[in-house]
Amino acid sequence: MNLRLLTTAAAIAVFTLAGCSKTDSGDKPAGEAATIKIGQIASMTGKEATFGQQVDDGIKLAIEEINKAGGLLGKKVELITEDTQSQTPPTKTAMEKLVSKDQVVAVIGEVASSRSMAAAPIAERGKVTLLSPASTNSNVTLDKDGKTLNYVYRICFIDPFQGTVMAKFASENLKAKNIAVLKDNANDYSVGLAKNFTETFTKNGGTIVEEQAYEGGQTDFKAQLTAIKAKNPEAIFVPGYYTEVSLIAQQARELGIKAPLLGGDGWDSPVLTQGAAKQALEGSFFSNHYSEQDTSAVVLEFIKRYTAKYNEVPGAMSALGYDAMNIIAKVIKDAGKADAETIAKGLATLKDYPGVTGKITIDAQHNANKPAVVLQIKDGKYSYYSTIAP
Amino acid sequence: MEEFLQQVINGLSLGAIYALIALGYTMIYGVLRFINFAHGDVFMVGAYIGFFIYPLLSESLETGYLTAFAVLLAAMLGCGLLGVTIEFLAYRPLRNRPKLTVLITAIGVSLFLEYTGQIDFVFGADYKTYPTLVERSAVLSGSGLSLGSDQVIVFVVAIGLMLLLRVIVMKTKIGIAMRALSMNLSAASLMGINTNRVISFTFFIGSALAGAGATLYAISYPKINPLMGVLPGLKAFVAAVLGGIGNIPGAVFGSFFIGTAETMTAGYISPTFRDAIVFGILILILIFKPSGLLGKGGVEKV
Repeated sequence: MNLRLLTTAAAIAVFTLAGCSKTDSGDKPAGEAATIKIGQIASMTGKEATFGQQVDDGIKLAIEEINKAGGLLGKKVELITEDTQSQTPPTKTAMEKLVSKDQVVAVIGEVASSRSMAAAPIAERGKVTLLSPASTNSNVTLDKDGKTLNYVYRICFIDPFQGTVMAKFASENLKAKNIAVLKDNANDYSVGLAKNFTETFTKNGGTIVEEQAYEGGQTDFKAQLTAIKAKNPEAIFVPGYYTEVSLIAQQARELGIKAPLLGGDGWDSPVLTQGAAKQALEGSFFSNHYSEQDTSAVVLEFIKRYTAKYNEVPGAMSALGYDAMNIIAKVIKDAGKADAETIAKGLATLKDYPGVTGKITIDAQHNANKPAVVLQIKDGKYSYYSTIAP
Repeated sequence: MEEFLQQVINGLSLGAIYALIALGYTMIYGVLRFINFAHGDVFMVGAYIGFFIYPLLSESLETGYLTAFAVLLAAMLGCGLLGVTIEFLAYRPLRNRPKLTVLITAIGVSLFLEYTGQIDFVFGADYKTYPTLVERSAVLSGSGLSLGSDQVIVFVVAIGLMLLLRVIVMKTKIGIAMRALSMNLSAASLMGINTNRVISFTFFIGSALAGAGATLYAISYPKINPLMGVLPGLKAFVAAVLGGIGNIPGAVFGSFFIGTAETMTAGYISPTFRDAIVFGILILILIFKPSGLLGKGGVEKV
């Protein structure tokens, strides 16, 4: 009895659903839409929620400004945001929906490299551009064989570049000759940064006096730091994520190591300097996408508008989201057309775009060629130190 | 040479924390002959007790060390009560069942604590920053050697608690009862010992030591999460087996040995092997001397 009821219910559900999707797709012919639809996949909830929310805030500010100025090609821009819940499977579902159901002309997202990589094949198949604001893993824009994907782009620099930047910074700004490296062996990001740092630093005449490693999730780094201390380096390059970095810094100070630590954008979190880590990291440096203390006109203007809308100072993710949306708008405006194919072509030839996060040029691998900023930790806050060009 | 001595200090201070956890394993094994696999998670709860109680205490108490001491006591008391509750609800109803049943229940309790802790309104799955209980600095920072303030505290508290435990086990009436239970549970009950009370007390002491270990661990490594007890718990278990499970001095010795071995491996061979070496030791000891280094080989009577 119950079973029959269930089957009937299921059958009805299936038919209704099928009916729905039919009317949906037949509703409006493509190309005649009253708005230009831009999709977004973002981690609005979950582990990396602050990343997704910040990007979303940046995009929304850009769209508000574009629409206030009359929109694009006479049409308003409409943002359709799908939450990835900081997980891979929902990312794929979200991307599928944007590409096939909403039929957006471009998608902005994700921050995490692993999730951008999950969405990339769907972008290729649906021939819709995926523009990542902050995925720095080198493989995001490449397929399995290392060939550049047609529809995947990013507006941030890639991991190897950060290693090079910090190596340049160490030898030119700090005038350091002897540096130790402490990397996370279980993390591609960290290993990549360490490798490129070592290559550039030794090429510039410096010496890596000690190389040690750990595995993400470990808490005791005293053994490695003791070995590093014995070599007396002028600075220690720690290209890891903020949880381990804050522990490493505290343990280093307890062992009497006074050298500053150097790192990459994996450090960028409000959690980094919580507790005793605040003191331990004082005077250390890391590379990042943008600094809110940059005094260039573009940045000042962006901060003024952002603070007026949200009442808080924008982080790097917001700046990247803002740039991503404005770049898509510029490409559409320049081409005079708003279809997926045009946007992909336009992005490939983008040159010297004056973004909030620096002058952006898209290279042959679809990565952004742009400078990085070096920040110094002062009193628990990140203060702008210098800009390093590629 | 200085580097080597520094590694020894690092290893011993890690070992002192393992010792506090290992004592709980070994004491409970001593009286009940089963491994309480939830012990590592009681340790985790101890860290969270400190995390939540610190903001309440730091307002009313003036000096830093007094607050730190109060947090330590709160964690010990909280963990002790948790241990007694776990024993009462999960293990006591199974007292006369096969040992395997209790062992599997212990694994269940362990998973229950780990995954309940990950729910957002309990502890949450993300890393929390443990409050700075004591000023962290290099106390003895000469040319090469340095001794962190946290390491000094770890040594003082851990050794103090071990001596206190020694006094309780050897000199007090309840200690004598515990030792009687570990020799023969049914004979002890025939002699008029209230076995349930002694078992509860053993769980209280063992879990309170884990709470103390958690506080010391979190002072040294102030990032806590609901799965933080798994690895230290397993390593302390290995230490207890190495020293001879059920043997109190053995657990302490085993812990210092494991802590040092781990640090030396990380410092001189490769940090990737630091966990592998600990479990490698477990395999070797189980093959060549299953009763442990200080344990007495006993014949299982059937």
